[in-house]
Amino acid sequence: MKFYDKTAAELQELIHSKDATITDITKETFKRINALDPKVDAFLAMNEERALASATELDNTPMEQRGPLFGLPIGVKDNIMTEGLVTTASSRILEGFDPIYNATVVEKLRAAGMVIVGKLNMDEFAMGSSNENSYYKKTRNPWNLDYVPGGSSGGSTAAVAAGEVPFTLGSDTGGSIRQPAAFCGVVGMKPTYGRVSRFGLIAFASSLDQIGTVTRNVKDNALLLQAIAGHDEKDSTSADVEVPDFAAALTGDITGLRIGVPKEYFAEGVSESAKQAVYNALDVLKEKGASWEEISLPHSKYALATYYLLASSEASSNLSRFDGIRYGYRTSKAGSLLEFYMNTRAEGFGDEVKRRIMLGTYALSSGYYDAYYKKAQKVRTLIKKDFDDAFENYDVIISPTTPTPAFKIGEIIDDPLTMYANDILTIPVNLAGVPAISVPCGFDGDMPLGLQIIGNYFDEETVYRTADVFEKATDFHKKTPQLWEGAAQ
Amino acid sequence: MAKITKEEVIEVAHLARLAITDEEAVHFAEQLEAITNAMELLNELDTENVEPTTHVLPMVNVMREDQAKAGLPRETVLKNVKEHIAGQVKVPTILE
Repeated sequence: MKFYDKTAAELQELIHSKDATITDITKETFKRINALDPKVDAFLAMNEERALASATELDNTPMEQRGPLFGLPIGVKDNIMTEGLVTTASSRILEGFDPIYNATVVEKLRAAGMVIVGKLNMDEFAMGSSNENSYYKKTRNPWNLDYVPGGSSGGSTAAVAAGEVPFTLGSDTGGSIRQPAAFCGVVGMKPTYGRVSRFGLIAFASSLDQIGTVTRNVKDNALLLQAIAGHDEKDSTSADVEVPDFAAALTGDITGLRIGVPKEYFAEGVSESAKQAVYNALDVLKEKGASWEEISLPHSKYALATYYLLASSEASSNLSRFDGIRYGYRTSKAGSLLEFYMNTRAEGFGDEVKRRIMLGTYALSSGYYDAYYKKAQKVRTLIKKDFDDAFENYDVIISPTTPTPAFKIGEIIDDPLTMYANDILTIPVNLAGVPAISVPCGFDGDMPLGLQIIGNYFDEETVYRTADVFEKATDFHKKTPQLWEGAAQ
Repeated sequence: MAKITKEEVIEVAHLARLAITDEEAVHFAEQLEAITNAMELLNELDTENVEPTTHVLPMVNVMREDQAKAGLPRETVLKNVKEHIAGQVKVPTILE
């Protein structure tokens, strides 16, 4: 039976009517991954043996004890700790690392009865916008295998776009869920900072990192966020606020919704195709009862510089723990302890990670701290205030997710500044800490385009409601890449 | 415009405990100079009276109960250590 095109609700229907077991679905998932992943290269470590054992066990659970995601397969980005399942953050420095505990989100997936099938490729330590910075492999875009899937959660979005798995977790520090979701034509949510525990997420930039959800439709996304959200005493930056029923927020009614459309997000460098797709989406939402106005987020153009200073500074500190002593890669060329550290890190980290560690070290070093790091923290305040002001008058802010559709593998890998510009429309959201989703909203040729819907703090409900209305009124999410049907089933 | 020299890159790499060749230092110097120059865009903003943001949520003094808990078993802790002897992590000689 064909499972890969089904929603969570459809899969539960099959299970509850006894037309399929959790074991059947799990087995078919691995079959499909084995058929497609040689082309897509989304997965790293696979969890087949344990997943099948857990499926058998889950099949014995009484139906009335099962929630909406019970028994469904999920892939997890490789910077999220999975006990006993190799976790590398796609870095050589963590080659073979076997975690001794689970991230809180992984514990929550297990509590929801989900079956973890494997780990997903990413840019090393989540630094990158193309998945080309992985030490292990280059994930390809299922819509055209010569193109990047985006990054850093490119494995997570490519696996969902190819129908290898219906759910994945990613992480988003400057757009790392939304940008690849846009490039791969899937739904990607970055929740409010603090909505989801970061315990067990390998830290890149702690004040910006947030775990989020990737799916093929909005409803499934809301269900998955429901499963992983909530306060966690193991993460003191997780917020002690109530988690609403996200799926219940999908009322289909956006009458009176006030949309702000920031003119800075339609500036030079944003392609005509991306702009036009968003204007078309605004027409759709208007027809459904919303209204929109052009607004200004005046400090937008400073976001990229602010982000790279802050994120790199935090990264240089967070990544100092990788020294080869207690875990991870060890150099074989060292006389002294200092040489041991320096060679281990030089051999273990890739170029982009080194660039950011050095940029961060430079920005934090004495003499430059005020000019770079502190300055960026102050500008962050101004960027946050832009959003606070806008949300006094508007319920959501809408823009393209990315300035352009996906680009070709190898096209801009040697040009860091051009690569960084990919995240120009997603980065301000992380600096402010507000939630945002990317949903499919059109195509440029064969390549998908994303619509970014940004909400106020802890108002994922309005974001989901808006996204759901748009999805139901359009067909973009129903289109599938060519390799979708071609695989053995 | 700030100029980043090869020597500065070598100094920063040393602070960050990254071994670096002269050739790499030249390459990184060019890239870091381009990046820091792009960052200088921030200087056109007057931030004299702006408070820095370190964290977006209004959280203060997140406390937990001060309770003693057992640590992890030594075997577990050593699981990912590449070289260990008699329950201890092996490192290069630090004292002669």
